[in-house]
Amino acid sequence: MRKLPPVDVVLVGFGWTGAIMAQELTDAGLQVLAIERGAWRDTPTHFPPTTAPDELRWYWRKEMFQGNARDTLTFRNNRDQVARPMRRWGSFLPGEGVGGGGVHWNGQTWRFLPSDFVAASHNTARYGALPEGMTVQDYGVTYDELEPHFHRFDKLCGIGGKAGNLRGQIIEGGNPFEGPRSAEYPNPPMHMTFSQDQFIRAARELGLHPFPGPSANLTRAYVNPLGCQLAPCSYCGFCEKYGCGNYSKASAQTTILPVLMRKANFTLKVQNEVLSITRDSTGRRATGVTHVDVDGTRYEQPADLVILCAYPLSNARLMMLSGIGETYNPATGEGLVGKNYCYQVMTAAQVFYDDKFTNGFVGAGALGAAVDDYNGDNFDHAGLGFIGGGYIANWTTNARPIETHRTPEGTPTWGSQWKAAVADNFLTSTTVGAHGASMAYATNALDLDPTYKDVYGQPLLRMTYDFTPNDRAMARYMSERTTEIARLMGGREVKVVKREGPYDSMPYQTTHNTGGTIMGTTPANSVVNRYLQSWDVPNLFVMGAGVFPQNAGYNPTATVAALTYWAAAAIRSQYLRNPGPLVQA
Amino acid sequence: MADGHWSRRHVLAVSFQATLAAAAAPALARTIRGEMPWTPGQVDAPYPFDGARFLTPDERRCVSAMVERLIPSDARGPGAREAGVIDFIDNQLAGFYGRGERWYMQGPFGPSTPEQGYQFEEPPAGFYRRGIAALDAACRERHGGRVFAALDAATQDAVLAAMEKGAFDLPSGVPAKAFFSLVRENAIEGFFCDPLYGGNRDMVGWRLVGFPGARYDYRPYLNHNGQRITLEPVGLKGGPTWNPR
Repeated sequence: MRKLPPVDVVLVGFGWTGAIMAQELTDAGLQVLAIERGAWRDTPTHFPPTTAPDELRWYWRKEMFQGNARDTLTFRNNRDQVARPMRRWGSFLPGEGVGGGGVHWNGQTWRFLPSDFVAASHNTARYGALPEGMTVQDYGVTYDELEPHFHRFDKLCGIGGKAGNLRGQIIEGGNPFEGPRSAEYPNPPMHMTFSQDQFIRAARELGLHPFPGPSANLTRAYVNPLGCQLAPCSYCGFCEKYGCGNYSKASAQTTILPVLMRKANFTLKVQNEVLSITRDSTGRRATGVTHVDVDGTRYEQPADLVILCAYPLSNARLMMLSGIGETYNPATGEGLVGKNYCYQVMTAAQVFYDDKFTNGFVGAGALGAAVDDYNGDNFDHAGLGFIGGGYIANWTTNARPIETHRTPEGTPTWGSQWKAAVADNFLTSTTVGAHGASMAYATNALDLDPTYKDVYGQPLLRMTYDFTPNDRAMARYMSERTTEIARLMGGREVKVVKREGPYDSMPYQTTHNTGGTIMGTTPANSVVNRYLQSWDVPNLFVMGAGVFPQNAGYNPTATVAALTYWAAAAIRSQYLRNPGPLVQA
Repeated sequence: MADGHWSRRHVLAVSFQATLAAAAAPALARTIRGEMPWTPGQVDAPYPFDGARFLTPDERRCVSAMVERLIPSDARGPGAREAGVIDFIDNQLAGFYGRGERWYMQGPFGPSTPEQGYQFEEPPAGFYRRGIAALDAACRERHGGRVFAALDAATQDAVLAAMEKGAFDLPSGVPAKAFFSLVRENAIEGFFCDPLYGGNRDMVGWRLVGFPGARYDYRPYLNHNGQRITLEPVGLKGGPTWNPR
């Protein structure tokens, strides 16, 4: 083990949260080192327009994502089963390499609702005690506290959209349910196409409040506050699961790296995997990390501050491998690391037209229209048997034919009839989907697998997860609401895609894995405090959606980024002056 | 070269090797400071169809017969046969995909649930080999010594339908449903992938459905308002319309 010279800050992982944190802490004058286990990636070399639109390579052969060969996770639906490794990715697609999952996201850039941050106290006050087994809790931070940080991320990315609530004033055409914004979106909304026009008309007929989806696909040329230049989106239909060759999708590469990489006080190590967080003899202070490069050489990297910026599943695992905090045990309810693993509950309805062309290839990751009338607590849940909800949207993200070939109800899955149905409906169909919340339950959790190991001999992470009673009741309700809209969109027929049976780890759903390193109000209910600082080890911070105590009915990226800016501000304004716990236990 | 001139063929060969060298640059651990580490003229290139095969001639006949029933050539136009789906699958099985190089293939292997996905000890190429042998053995047993490829289309369809339902027992513990499902997945890949990979030959899959392929700018069409957009498809290497006339 080679011991390296100390640095002020070591960041574990270098995607969205790592890049934001590095930019903020180098601005504060600190020497920052980011350690990324994947490769360096830049737009012209790794995903230019000449190689980016390749469905087989990036998605089906998974070249865009974390490789499974060296390290994966094991999965089971419940504790009575033996977990088996996810030998290839399916339901979600963690990123690897510089930019992380932020290279292959869609760019649907939502803020959680004010009530989402206080889900336990809000719902308890309105509907009474939470059901047995539900472990939902408050975040410990409020929407109002995060708003300036949401705003910074909007500006960094050049988000396109239409405000619905500007400093408390409801604005026609935006989302009237959103928390108050301090400013209009930096850029106008995406250009709606035929399908969105039908969705908007149908939603209005139902008395709902449609608006254009907030987008990190650039709607016009934009220079962000760091001076990075982004170009208008060309609606090529290769966003989610692909890198953008046009500099048209906000990512670490397009919004931060051109500035950050040139700073003298920033260093990036790639193809180096962090194996553990080291601590002093008290166990209360992190001394740095150990890491290994692809040649197998091991290093000890001392640092004053350790910040976990990897994917939530990797952050939780690194805490467990390092023995920081107690791993949650669902049998006893004790321990916190790995607790409240949540996901996203998706339902959908497909609309088929006879003589209208939806032309889905004219698409973009965040080209869509949405309604928020059935999200969070925007509607009365009395008697419904669940809390939470989701936005319902009609996105036109792609017509990539291996992945997206809708067929009407009753079509066989192969043969001449299948082929004819695919041909007839490929350009004349669209999907309306509900993006449902996922409420925490005592039974869903992460821990270390007792059997399977990674290439370094360390235990894989084990996921125990199934849809919960709340999820199922919510999914039924959201499916009905989604279908109502779909039926008014003027199509020949509607096919309802039901969410039934156990959670299946293989069909793609979303890469919105949350929890495991949850935030909260006391060391008794959370791994990190409201500033994302470890209760146990005050010079350790944990970023990412792993800190969500439960997941809301939105895509997580903007909330992840806002929490990162919030934590960075606390480190700069409070921690550096007086290193120690920012919240007294 | 002997006369001191570079032939066009030689230049192409050299530049192809250069491309490969750039693509195959090994992933190295490195430390980056004070710069954007970008080198001009380097692209992380795909691994195109290279003619390599994994399947034996008999195995190829079996898989060809399967995919030609899954995506038949019929009144609606070309199918898996014209698209070269078998060449695509064979080449994929001969490469990193067939070897499961990017999959977690450490044991132990044991009983699993459908929700846990692929849990076979062999990577895809080996699973195909075992699946084909089992399918042909089962067909011989039930259909007078004839292998799957030798059955008539209606019988092949009946066998595939039973496999899909899990109602067709295969020997050697091969789960018929999982084998069917993998072949179907690969057939669809081969029918709709970029022609770079040996399938979707002449873009017949894309033409069937109206997908314009690897174009990268649809801004002129945003106001389509439900009208059909008809565009000649292009692949990553271009398209027939790019050829000189």
